[in-house]
Amino acid sequence: MQHGKYRFIVGFLALPLGLYALFVVWPFIQSIYYSFTDWTGLSPEFKMVGLDNYRRMFDDDIFWKSLQHSLMFAVVLPVVTISLALFFAFMINVGGRGRRGGPVISGVRGSSFYKIVYFFPQVLSIAIVALLFAFAYNPDSGAINSVLRGVGLDGVQPLWLGDPDLALWCVMAVLVWSTVGFFVVLFSAGMASIPSDLYEAALLDGAGRAATFFRITLPLLWDTVQSGWVYMGILALGAESFAVVQIMTTGPGGPDYSTTVMVLYVYQKAFRDGQAAYATTIGVALLVVTLAFAAVVMRLGRRERLEY
Amino acid sequence: MKTTESPAPLPAQSGAPVTKADAPVDRPPRARREGRVLNVFSHGVLVLWAVMVVLPLVWAVMTSFKDDASIFGSPWALPDRLHFDNWARAWTDANMSDYFLNTVLVVGGSLIGTLVLGSMAAYVLARFDFPGNRFIYYLFVGGMSFPIMLALVPLFYVVNNMGLLNTIHGLILVYIAYSLPFTVFFLTAFFRTLPTSVAEAAFVDGASHTRTFFQIMLPMAKPGLISVGIFNFLGQWNQYMLPTVLNTDPDKKVLTQGLVQLAVSQGYKGDWSGLFAGLVMAMLPVLGAYIVFQRQVVQGLTAGALK
Repeated sequence: MQHGKYRFIVGFLALPLGLYALFVVWPFIQSIYYSFTDWTGLSPEFKMVGLDNYRRMFDDDIFWKSLQHSLMFAVVLPVVTISLALFFAFMINVGGRGRRGGPVISGVRGSSFYKIVYFFPQVLSIAIVALLFAFAYNPDSGAINSVLRGVGLDGVQPLWLGDPDLALWCVMAVLVWSTVGFFVVLFSAGMASIPSDLYEAALLDGAGRAATFFRITLPLLWDTVQSGWVYMGILALGAESFAVVQIMTTGPGGPDYSTTVMVLYVYQKAFRDGQAAYATTIGVALLVVTLAFAAVVMRLGRRERLEY
Repeated sequence: MKTTESPAPLPAQSGAPVTKADAPVDRPPRARREGRVLNVFSHGVLVLWAVMVVLPLVWAVMTSFKDDASIFGSPWALPDRLHFDNWARAWTDANMSDYFLNTVLVVGGSLIGTLVLGSMAAYVLARFDFPGNRFIYYLFVGGMSFPIMLALVPLFYVVNNMGLLNTIHGLILVYIAYSLPFTVFFLTAFFRTLPTSVAEAAFVDGASHTRTFFQIMLPMAKPGLISVGIFNFLGQWNQYMLPTVLNTDPDKKVLTQGLVQLAVSQGYKGDWSGLFAGLVMAMLPVLGAYIVFQRQVVQGLTAGALK
């Protein structure tokens, strides 16, 4: 297999690697370099300013707000989404009634129907979902407040996205809505591969549903949960939170910066305010947060791998 | 891993001890009652969430057929008649047709490019030993966990300097580059699982490496290509952040940013029904395709996370 091997390797790698290096790797390296300059992005001239941008960042209240919100996205969203998804997946796969003579552990009836429906939001663009909910949240004519009026709660008409205390939660709820289905399907696949004799043994030993879940299902599913957690966190820090916050909240960034997140702040500094260098500085901070998040989850979640 | 629904396998009953097969029957009454309560409860929450998922979508479809007055007056009322003119207005006046065409062009080009380039790189990385192999592999895979926004600031100027800003082919190249990390990661793992003997036999018979790849390995890798293709199709069709930064020319907009622009401009015009028609128009093809190819889509989207 040696004949022309290296020519082949180079020929096959050149194009993908070149494209990747030019559009992905090179910009990443550049942006770290730019974070030490005073580049505006508008003119080609700039000079090195050392750590000035970083000093400025640490004194920037809006930066701290965006960091705080991003951290909330990275912590709260995966916890809520994955808990809900685990719960639903367990109900779908194990929640069925033990029928006479049937399998000890069974899924609820219509389990494949639930999985199909829950997955709907996952195939829609997050931009479309965000637009849809921006209207649903509309205080006067939106679907949500009109439901509240319909059930006689005329007094309860929150401003939702217009209320600085509520806006962030509204945005997060949309992301939960759109991602739960993905994890339900993911965890269901994992649960289906757990051998049923394990469940039977647990039942014979008198374990209830809760014990079964925490002692059998969760430990055997742990690897999937963990990688799902990292995946969700990276999305919540990056592209997804950008789309929802930019589209849904006024400003964008919400009333009184109440929903601004790091990724949006980078975008605004670079493409609205003409402060490209400072934007890359915040971007570097976002990179640090993302990597730290992944490292912490991997470290906290490290358990002995269970074979079954 | 299988993601399709299959009934839980029956415990091996013929030779198994009687107690095992009869377990549900022998359960004490309390447990059985608990089982029934749980059954009602579990169905309750599952139905509730299904309603919460479907309701906003139904609401959007309903709203797209109403006139503006009733959208604001009674958000949940059924439309008085089906206002198809909303759809016509959105398709022509609001440029939805252009956005569709742009999206099809961009996604079509970048999907093919991603699959070709991704499988080439993945094949070489999976099957050949050479210095730097691991380094290149991790260079690709590392791209999955980096925040793209950080690169987008300089990328804007890179693309601009090359004269590719606000062009369809520029967007295609960028989409391909940003789809490569996952594609290479996924396909490298896939090529490793394929048997080596077929490729070796072809090589002995005098086929070149290139020919072996295109005529032997690619057809063998078809299931993997379909999975990663669906994943990339949805990701690229739904992409919002990249075009927002790199594609600001109103004539070149893709569906997602076009809709956001529509939301702003129709807001000024007060044409909310047209906007909803546009939203539903963008939603239905993807939802329809999902329902038809349900199994493949689910496999494609969850395959990566299960690796």
